Amino acid sequence: MVTTTDQLLTVENLGIEYKVGTEWKKAVRDVSFSIGSGESLGLVGESGCGKTTVAMAIMHYLPRNGRVSEGSIQLAGREIGELSASELRRMRVNQVSMVYQDPGKSLNPSIRIGRQVADVFELMEVPKDEWDGRVIDILRKVQIADPERVVRRYPHQLSGGMLQRVVIAMAIASEPELLVLDEPTTGLDATVEAEVLDLISNLRAETGTSVLFISHSLAVIRKMCDRVGVLYAGRLLAEGPAEAIFTDPRHPYTVGLLRSLPTGELSRNEAQLDTIPGTLPPLGAEIQGCIYADRCPIVQDVCREEEPDLVALDGNRFSRCFFPERAPDLPRVVAPDPPVRQRSEETLLDISATSKTFEQEGSPVFALKDVDLSIRIGETVALVGESGSGKSTLAKVILGIHVPDEGAVIQLGEDVLHDSLHSRSGEEIRSVQMVFQNPDSALNRRHSVRRIIGRAVQRLRGLGRRGSHDRARDLLSEVRMGHQHLTAKPSHLSGGLKQRVAIARAFAGSPALVVLDEPTSALDVSVQAAIINLLAELQAEENVAYLFISHDLNVVRYVADRVAVMYLGRLMEVGTAERIFRGPHHPYSEALLSAAPDREEGTRIRLKGEIPAASDPPPGCSFQTRCHRKIGEICETVEPPLTEAEPGYSIRCHIPIDELAALQQLVPQE
Amino acid sequence: MTRFVLRRIGLALITLFLLSVLVFIGTQLLPGDVGRRVLGPFATQEAVDDLNARLGTDRALIVQYGDWIGGAVQGDLGDSISFSRPVSELLGRALRNSAKLAVVAFVIVVPLGVFGGIMAALRRGKPTDRLITVGGLSATVIPEFVSGIVLIIVFAVWLDWFPGTATPPPDSSFITQLHHLILPAIPLVLVLFGYISRITRAGVIEALESDYVRTATLKGLPRPTVIRREVLRNALLPTIAVVASQVGYLIGGLVVVEVLFNYQGIGRLLFDAAQKADFPLLAGGVLVVGAAFQISMLLADVAYSLLNPRIRVGGKA
Ligand SMILES: Nc1ncnc2c1ncn2[C@@H]1O[C@H](COP(=O)(O)OP(=O)(O)OP(=O)(O)O)[C@@H](O)[C@H]1O
Ligand SMILES: [Mg+2]
Repeated sequence: MVTTTDQLLTVENLGIEYKVGTEWKKAVRDVSFSIGSGESLGLVGESGCGKTTVAMAIMHYLPRNGRVSEGSIQLAGREIGELSASELRRMRVNQVSMVYQDPGKSLNPSIRIGRQVADVFELMEVPKDEWDGRVIDILRKVQIADPERVVRRYPHQLSGGMLQRVVIAMAIASEPELLVLDEPTTGLDATVEAEVLDLISNLRAETGTSVLFISHSLAVIRKMCDRVGVLYAGRLLAEGPAEAIFTDPRHPYTVGLLRSLPTGELSRNEAQLDTIPGTLPPLGAEIQGCIYADRCPIVQDVCREEEPDLVALDGNRFSRCFFPERAPDLPRVVAPDPPVRQRSEETLLDISATSKTFEQEGSPVFALKDVDLSIRIGETVALVGESGSGKSTLAKVILGIHVPDEGAVIQLGEDVLHDSLHSRSGEEIRSVQMVFQNPDSALNRRHSVRRIIGRAVQRLRGLGRRGSHDRARDLLSEVRMGHQHLTAKPSHLSGGLKQRVAIARAFAGSPALVVLDEPTSALDVSVQAAIINLLAELQAEENVAYLFISHDLNVVRYVADRVAVMYLGRLMEVGTAERIFRGPHHPYSEALLSAAPDREEGTRIRLKGEIPAASDPPPGCSFQTRCHRKIGEICETVEPPLTEAEPGYSIRCHIPIDELAALQQLVPQE
Repeated sequence: MTRFVLRRIGLALITLFLLSVLVFIGTQLLPGDVGRRVLGPFATQEAVDDLNARLGTDRALIVQYGDWIGGAVQGDLGDSISFSRPVSELLGRALRNSAKLAVVAFVIVVPLGVFGGIMAALRRGKPTDRLITVGGLSATVIPEFVSGIVLIIVFAVWLDWFPGTATPPPDSSFITQLHHLILPAIPLVLVLFGYISRITRAGVIEALESDYVRTATLKGLPRPTVIRREVLRNALLPTIAVVASQVGYLIGGLVVVEVLFNYQGIGRLLFDAAQKADFPLLAGGVLVVGAAFQISMLLADVAYSLLNPRIRVGGKA
């Protein structure tokens, strides 16, 4: 790569090591890239490939056990490692800012927001009497509605989206030349993510700031960046213009990542997702030849002997591969044919007119209101909605962890309403199981895999010790894990393997329904694809039904037979996946769908404000305070009922369905 | 906030009530009745009955308890059998003496421990850190009677810098009292220093590695400001809780130190009461110690929440 002097940031042959025990292990090696002024570069790659490590080296803030072992990082022509403490401080004040994941932790819990933002102006040596005004201005710039109030708040009093705006405000207040963003939207709702991304794009257009954008979300990177670097095990495998990288990838790894993503209109009834076999090599592994060879479907002998260089291809692209021209025709790893399913029209679970109210500091919180939903045998129903919309509460009612105040949960013809978990029969408990988002907290880290699964078998099947061990072994092979994992502890397994163990445990009692609460959102795309395939196979084999909670609409579209959209504890829309995604949509679903990062530019619907508190729902339609299609007073006074507008499709809106179709410019159905 | 304090007080009262029941039952469950235990196996049954009637120990247990706790609430804990004086008077004087000793120990150890913890955290992995951590830990495991005896031999007997007893002559000046109390305070300081510096160190390290300290540093705040405003403010919170919880330890430590240095404090008094089977004194003493413990925990919680906006300001507004 040529580095010219007009580059703002130049990283050359960067190597970074971490000290683990007494040994220094290489986490990043020989990484070179540069960012021109006003340019945005994305870094993508699986978890642990070194993205954050590179970013922290640029900020000169590596962990205590980390060090730059070779290479150079130059910002505006100055070597970062050679700056004195005060020069470094000046650089952080004026030239480079950073925003990272988890805004809830990045602000000081015991200092008011206003004061924390004012720091930036103090450091910039703005006269003291201007601070307040400047703080309000900058908060307004990041679209915080009521900045005068927000400055007096403490971080714990604001939502995640608001906090991330505050952090971004602090980062841009000094109009830095370079903004480093490390997963700035991970963990935020899709609607909030879309707004934060919009904000960053607008600010960039306005100030011409250069950006280093790190994300594991390919869609987000594609939307935000001019150029993209693909990182793998601390090495840059490919680099080039974003469009080219995503539409015409020239490295087997990039191709693999893109194929793992459920995109477009694809449904799991049409094809399985492709994945990348194997896992990232461990930190500091010395590998001869190409670092990706072990996972590459087109690996040749030469790949294992020498390491390819990052070679220039046409169109200003680079690929670290001997056979870049063969990457587009990479053979599939997983056969495309989907497993054969048995479908049934018989209802497994029926939830009718179910409500749940919690008590919080003396006032009621309406977590679920009047929910009607049925799940058929062997079917996948997806539940979508922003955080706080009641998805998990509904799941817990179905699992019997919460007892609904009114309504009924009918399971296979038996009324299980006022039954809490303790009074349900063994059969009922066995038939509904759960898999959580974070397998780390769901699995006991001190027990072996054999023990974790074995115990579930004993509890749910009433088998003895021997029988349970045999069954555990079978279950492990059902989730495609080898017997060598039986004695492993969860802490020694990768995220994907842990999730497989959690799934095996859920299947220990041959359940009829498994509630999956964001089962793949903590996983890398290739692992996500494998888990989604696994779930589809298990469903075909065992004829189990899934309630699939997710905020990733592409995943939902791929896995779901039917979709239910929730808002403030109410179902707004229920129908087949095909119908929900085709439209006409409920205005809320319309907004949700438009927020996905892979939507076309300019079609996004901005929702006003934030989701109201469940303790204080608005009068009339619960969505009226944010609805972009509100028709008038009726929305503010009368709550629309959930009505069956078409066979198998229900919607809760005052606007008739054909008018919605016209508004949303869809061709009406015959 | 007020609600929080009220709830906290309620909890403390319930704990004290349970403690009082336990103490009461404990003193009753020993073999034989009270009169027999006091007068011994050779007294006549008549004399025993007579004493029981005088002490009121011939009535139903529940009545006795009601009587005792009713008095306790009004500050009357009955009379000590061995000293033939009101329990509350004895306890009051002993408590005052112990408080003096405890205050001297805390005034020395808290600043020292906190400062040591902060230094250790800031110089993590360096010799300063090792010295403080290892030194603190070693000091913690030395029993008070060992360090106490060594101190007496070295500083009182050989060097004669400090008096060998903690009890000053009556009506001594503040300086004289202090002079007497420093040596007995040191065994307590040695034990507490390790705890306090370790908790402080852990808190400071956690804050140093937090995301908000990273944010502050990357904003360009100077290092001293980061440490003072971002690190210490959040890191010292847990320390407060630990310091308060050490009041419990202190009472155990006081028994040894007070006996060793011949000091009329609460530890010494309880020790005597237990030896002489003086049940009213023992029960009253345990109750008062329990109350002192609860009050210090309560103060710690209030201080903690005053410093912590998460509790002070409540949830989302
Ligand atoms: N302080 C540390 N000590 C030792 N190893 C570390 C440390 N920090 C990171 N690593 C290791 O360095 C490698 C790169 O980590 P890094 O956090 O940069 O990855 P990442 O691409 O940002 O991953 P993610 O997507 O999960 O954020 C990983 O193998 C990680 O385990
Ligand atoms: Mg990272």
